[in-house]
Amino acid sequence: MTSGRMQLMPEPKLIFDKSRPGRIGCNVPVCDTPEVDFTSIVGETRNDLHLPEIAELDLLRHFTNLSHINFGIETGFYPLGSCTMKYNPKINEQTARLAGFANLHPLQPVETIPGALEILNGVQEMLCEITGFPTITLQPVAGAHGEMTCLMLVKKYHESIGQSNRTIVLVPDSAHGTNPASAARCGYSVKPVPTDANGNTDLVSLAASLAEFGENVAALMLTNPSTLGLFEPNIEKICKMLHDAGGQVFCDGANMNAMVGTTRPGDHGFDCMHLNLHKTFSTPHGGGGPGCGAIGLKSHLEPFLPAPVIRPTGGKIVADYDRPQTIGRISGFYGQFLMEVRAYTYLRAFGKEYIADISRYSVLNANYVRERLKDVLPPAHDRPCMHECILTAEKYKKEHGVRALDISKRLIDYGFHPPTNYFPLIVPECFMIEPTETETKETLDEFCDALIAICQEAIDTPDLLHDAPSMKIVGRLDETLAVKTLDVRWWPAS
Amino acid sequence: MPYVPHTAADTEAMLSVIGAKSIDELFREIPSNLKVAPGSLNIPSALDEQRLMAHLTEIAAKNIDCTKLTCFLGAGIYDRYIPATVSAVISRGEFLTAYTPYQPEASQGYLQTIYEFQTMVSELYGMDLSNASMYDGATSMAEAAIMAHGIKGHEKIVVSDAVHPHYRQVLATYCWSIGLEVVTVPSVNGQTKDWNADGAACIIVQYPNFFGNIEDLAAVRKAADDAGAMMIVVADPVACALLKSPGSYGADIVVGEGQPMGIAMGLGGPVVGLFTCKKEFVRHIPGRIVGKTKEVHGDRPGYVMTLRTREQDIRREKATSNICTNEALMALAATVYMIALGKNGMTQVAQSSVRNTQYAISKLKSIGATVKFGEKVFGEFVVTLPKSATEVRDKMISKGFLAGLPLGGYYKGMENDLLVAVTEIRTREQIDAFASAMKEVLA
Repeated sequence: MTSGRMQLMPEPKLIFDKSRPGRIGCNVPVCDTPEVDFTSIVGETRNDLHLPEIAELDLLRHFTNLSHINFGIETGFYPLGSCTMKYNPKINEQTARLAGFANLHPLQPVETIPGALEILNGVQEMLCEITGFPTITLQPVAGAHGEMTCLMLVKKYHESIGQSNRTIVLVPDSAHGTNPASAARCGYSVKPVPTDANGNTDLVSLAASLAEFGENVAALMLTNPSTLGLFEPNIEKICKMLHDAGGQVFCDGANMNAMVGTTRPGDHGFDCMHLNLHKTFSTPHGGGGPGCGAIGLKSHLEPFLPAPVIRPTGGKIVADYDRPQTIGRISGFYGQFLMEVRAYTYLRAFGKEYIADISRYSVLNANYVRERLKDVLPPAHDRPCMHECILTAEKYKKEHGVRALDISKRLIDYGFHPPTNYFPLIVPECFMIEPTETETKETLDEFCDALIAICQEAIDTPDLLHDAPSMKIVGRLDETLAVKTLDVRWWPAS
Repeated sequence: MPYVPHTAADTEAMLSVIGAKSIDELFREIPSNLKVAPGSLNIPSALDEQRLMAHLTEIAAKNIDCTKLTCFLGAGIYDRYIPATVSAVISRGEFLTAYTPYQPEASQGYLQTIYEFQTMVSELYGMDLSNASMYDGATSMAEAAIMAHGIKGHEKIVVSDAVHPHYRQVLATYCWSIGLEVVTVPSVNGQTKDWNADGAACIIVQYPNFFGNIEDLAAVRKAADDAGAMMIVVADPVACALLKSPGSYGADIVVGEGQPMGIAMGLGGPVVGLFTCKKEFVRHIPGRIVGKTKEVHGDRPGYVMTLRTREQDIRREKATSNICTNEALMALAATVYMIALGKNGMTQVAQSSVRNTQYAISKLKSIGATVKFGEKVFGEFVVTLPKSATEVRDKMISKGFLAGLPLGGYYKGMENDLLVAVTEIRTREQIDAFASAMKEVLA
């Protein structure tokens, strides 16, 4: 057993406990305009602001030490399923910090930002080709925001053809929680679609639902490959069933990494899809955001796009605000522009020659992990997986009282970030392992060796796992207590 | 391609363990008519790192950015001082390349910074508590309105027309999709007085408002109470270092845009939405929230994401919002900013903004411009020009200035009005030059 990859440090103090009156952590710009009487201008001013007062070096030590007890991709293997934790190339960080990108004001005239429009249009064109959709917009700022935007387009489309009676969205039982939540956010009611024993969409049940209330179905939200890590072989048929009933089909693109350069959702029959550029196209996750949620769509949904629509016309790229049928604005400005610069840089680094490597090697890595672990953690389905494999630890729970979560926590002691647990909800004691294409065979072998060893520990010394992680930073944390005490901020001494 | 590390020997060894002859075989479940051959997509050819940097540098140079123009444009996104420590911290791979802290024992560093973020945002707004961030100020405001609807049950949302027009557009989109009615009430002379809020779930005011004027929040609180509606304030966090906090006036929900706190303008994204509320409403709050706890088997403190049963991955269609990914890294930037400046630095930035703004007003008045809604403003004001504001703005670009935002596109009859922002980083010399250039353009 290794001691984990994260460094030890003294018990971290809150920044507020390090504050001393009169200190400051930066050299604030000196004001050289005349003094004024603030009260006469802005009214009564406050005297109750409690912010910390910290010297610059101590500020850096605070965050450097905290970074040492935080796990990132650059710390070690991070096989969090459905999250596509691939390497985030450093060149992307450099290009996004170029002054000509970082210092643009979103309300400066578009005539002054031809380079920015070139980036946005460039990303759109490459994503059109990769997804097979004729139109891409980069305005959604995160994956769930992209789902919501797609459903808004569907809603507006149905309104435009006099079918506002379509108020139901079908969501498979294996779907990400954002799918039903986004549908609810658009005023739809949600009905589930079951998964069959092979891990595919249950076509009999889907047909029954469509026969029963098909005229009220607005859309089906389908993740392909599914959250079971399986490609939906009946995808064309499913899309046809929905279209025959007058519904639309949305593709949740969280798993696009399995398809890049190999197959295109636009060709499968989908009407629209969202992408997570922070997954598939390597913009960094940043500890939970920024996300970046492009969407692709077929031409019948195009009139309803949020403005501005960035598109080439007459030899130049324009920002088209003349969108009479638009759903309206969905976020403050253009979307996550500096994330688009990173995605553009990433896509141009691969180019047509290498872009398919993304799907090919991510699928190779996932199948390799699946094969190496199958004796200790059986796959949920006996089929080749796509970019992630879904395994079950059910037998350890039944026979040794060890849950998937215990095994995951033990992985931290071995220096690995745990995979996703308990999702999809339909697989008991589930592990969702997504290695991505950027990991070496050696790393995968070390990880698989660790999991095999931990599965043996589950049999021999189950309490070791119940108590994991046993690192010096902090032991297993009490999430129930957190809800009970609800301490979500520090308070100044009164 | 260095991002994909497989050697031919690796691939061969791995395929042999899997028992497949080729990588293609792993894709056998995809119908063959749906496959494209590797290398067949019509996208540009690969660029090596040297050429890639040169290519992006060339594209960036086509923009006229705010290192080439002196920026007097604000309207929600501000050209402010960013301490060097911000980039140093958010570039650390342990933060930059982490995922959402679903495994708290491996994410204590980030979780603690979020707890600190929540504390400082709450302090600035004078509120009980904050969530871990939202997408941006505009979507924060829309989420706040929907939260008020969830609490009050009423379907009417009342918003002042002196709230940022883009924020109101986003509100309209969100409310349309969920079937809520938005009523916009007019401001008079830069102040919102008549709320007409009967039967409303909430009333929404901006502080300082879109025109830079400081709304009377005590009166807004009274209007909300009279109507039985919640009071939502969209507040500039930097202004709140100087002005009395919205919380001190009894606001129920305070939201805002965190970009002015250490985040590059970046054509407006990524930025960070701030979201705070009174403690009694915490179970209705959208998004993630971090809480302090301790070990199951010990006494050491630690941090976890909490009140998780509000969220989409657990509650699905009954969640308080569909938000999943937020803006953690940008919230970290704001955290570093609030610590680096601290109590005195943030107050100084706010005071300098007021001083510079007053100086700019005096200079523009001296060349014959009129300040439309009075001079009692924080860091931004509306100036009425003798000709089209758009025309003036365009001419000012050739003189090296982003002069402000022409308001004619947003408000009827305001074609000659320009919204001018003056932050703490503008110098007396720049403001003098701005006024001189403006004088020439107006001549």
